[in-house]
Amino acid sequence: MELNKKNKKTRRDFLKLSSAIAGSVAFYSMFKPIESVANRKTDVTEREHWYGFGFDIEKCIGCGLCAKACKIENDVPREPFFFRTWVEQYTIKNGHIIKDENVIVESPNGGIDGFTQSVPDKEIFKSFFVPKTCNHCYKAPCVQVCPVGATFETPDGVVLVDDSYCVGCGYCIQACPYGARYLHPEKKTADKCTFCYHRLKKGLAPACVDVCPTGARMYGDLDDKEGPLVQFIKNHTCRVLKPHLNTKPKLFYNALNEEVR
Amino acid sequence: MPKHILRLIILFVIVIGLFLVARQFLIPESFGEYGHYRANSIEENANHDIKYVDRAECAECHDDIAALKQGGPHKNINCQTCHGPGNLHIEDPTPENIVKETEREFCGRCHNKNAARAKLIKQIDINEHNIESKCIECHNPHEPWN
Ligand code: HEC
Ligand code: HEC
Ligand code: HEC
Ligand code: HEC
Repeated sequence: MELNKKNKKTRRDFLKLSSAIAGSVAFYSMFKPIESVANRKTDVTEREHWYGFGFDIEKCIGCGLCAKACKIENDVPREPFFFRTWVEQYTIKNGHIIKDENVIVESPNGGIDGFTQSVPDKEIFKSFFVPKTCNHCYKAPCVQVCPVGATFETPDGVVLVDDSYCVGCGYCIQACPYGARYLHPEKKTADKCTFCYHRLKKGLAPACVDVCPTGARMYGDLDDKEGPLVQFIKNHTCRVLKPHLNTKPKLFYNALNEEVR
Repeated sequence: MPKHILRLIILFVIVIGLFLVARQFLIPESFGEYGHYRANSIEENANHDIKYVDRAECAECHDDIAALKQGGPHKNINCQTCHGPGNLHIEDPTPENIVKETEREFCGRCHNKNAARAKLIKQIDINEHNIESKCIECHNPHEPWN
């Protein structure tokens, strides 16, 4: 009996041990925060570029040739609901201040066949085109939710998909607040804008930027303070989409109306 | 040490060892080099072929058209914006390998009247502006005022 009692842990021992463990974990994490591996980023001083887009709504004429070129360049499935980039036509009718349904957003076929305006001019308060694509977020929700590490941000700031590693679970498609991803019907993997990474690395502009007839789309290096993109952002009133989500998009719009979501 | 504890320890060592070996085989090459992903995937993404070629290439054979375009309002427009990707055509320069859109609707993509279009583009109503003929009969697409 006595021997047994000696071996037995008392409640006091138990409490001591648990608080010691809890204390040392707290102590450890104070000095070396356990950084999520998924969020590991390349040091600013190490990267050569940090790519971003700049879209100028005041220059977009809605020809939709960007969306068409993107489909061709990247073998995006022909069906009208798969897009890496697309254009939306916003038509804000008179009386929009009191009625939400006076804001019409259309994107027939993603804009690849061009646009027509169905609302007569005299009913229109304001109308414009908004080209959209992946925002290549710095804090990309799609990257955070990927269970296998098949989508990631490259050191030069481009969010890519590893299609040989993707399991096609579709979490990233759900997670993207900009609707920029889709499940590729043949590959059965997630697919999205790659910033035309294959063109960037050959010294060419992304296809959508290259075919834009008015320069409404531009791209550049966000680290290059004298570069065209940084100058564009600096000299215009630029905004990003859904800034409240804290995704830190690297796609900047000039003249973005507050109706645009 | 009691026997059963020893057995347990041996079992644990074996299981952990197997786990480490399996992990070695299951983690793909280059995983984790830059972050929680396969670094080789960057390379694979960069290796895809291009279809829209360097915009300067067209002028190597079509210098006359390039020069004509340079003097007109379409000067900043890439040839492939209107003619589609040039990858096949520059390898084998036949008319079959390049697109040539001559319909009124094609010009209308950019020029048809639409309140949404940026004001920088001159707009006409394609259902009213000289409807009897194609645009290219009056406007040269490479120099519309020629
Ligand atoms: C290697 C020289 C070469 C290059 C580079 C080249 N072309 Fe051509 N292209 C030709 C020749 C030769 C023809 C005439 C083919 C014929 O009529 O048989 C032609 C014809 C054309 C035609 C007329 C087709 C038709 O239906 O009549 C178009 C349009 C055209 N080229 C566009 C382009 C564009 C755009 C580029 C740049 C991506 C380009 N070409 C680059 C040699 C070239
Ligand atoms: C605004 C759109 C547009 C742009 C930009 C454009 N083309 Fe064309 N191109 C056309 C159209 C439309 C035709 C058909 C003209 C016809 O059949 O009369 C054509 C015809 C041609 C032809 C056939 C020969 C001819 O003169 O009819 C060649 C070659 C050609 N383009 C080359 C080029 C090259 C090279 C560039 C870039 C320097 C270029 N095009 C830019 C619209 C364009
Ligand atoms: C991809 C878009 C695009 C296409 C397609 C296009 N244009 Fe243009 N066009 C422009 C732009 C951009 C300008 C320069 C801005 C301006 O001056 O309107 C321009 C200018 C013009 C002008 C001069 C307007 C002016 O007085 O300044 C004419 C005329 C014209 N285009 C006719 C045509 C015709 C005809 C076609 C069909 C063969 C055509 N365009 C196809 C984009 C396009
Ligand atoms: C019968 C010849 C003819 C045809 C066909 C024609 N145009 Fe014109 N276009 C003209 C003339 C002449 C002008 C200049 C006078 C004017 O503004 O009407 C002009 C002007 C324009 C302008 C400049 C308008 C402005 O506000 O300065 C554009 C853009 C234009 N045309 C585009 C087109 C397009 C696109 C088509 C085909 C859908 C087309 N044109 C068909 C003769 C023609």
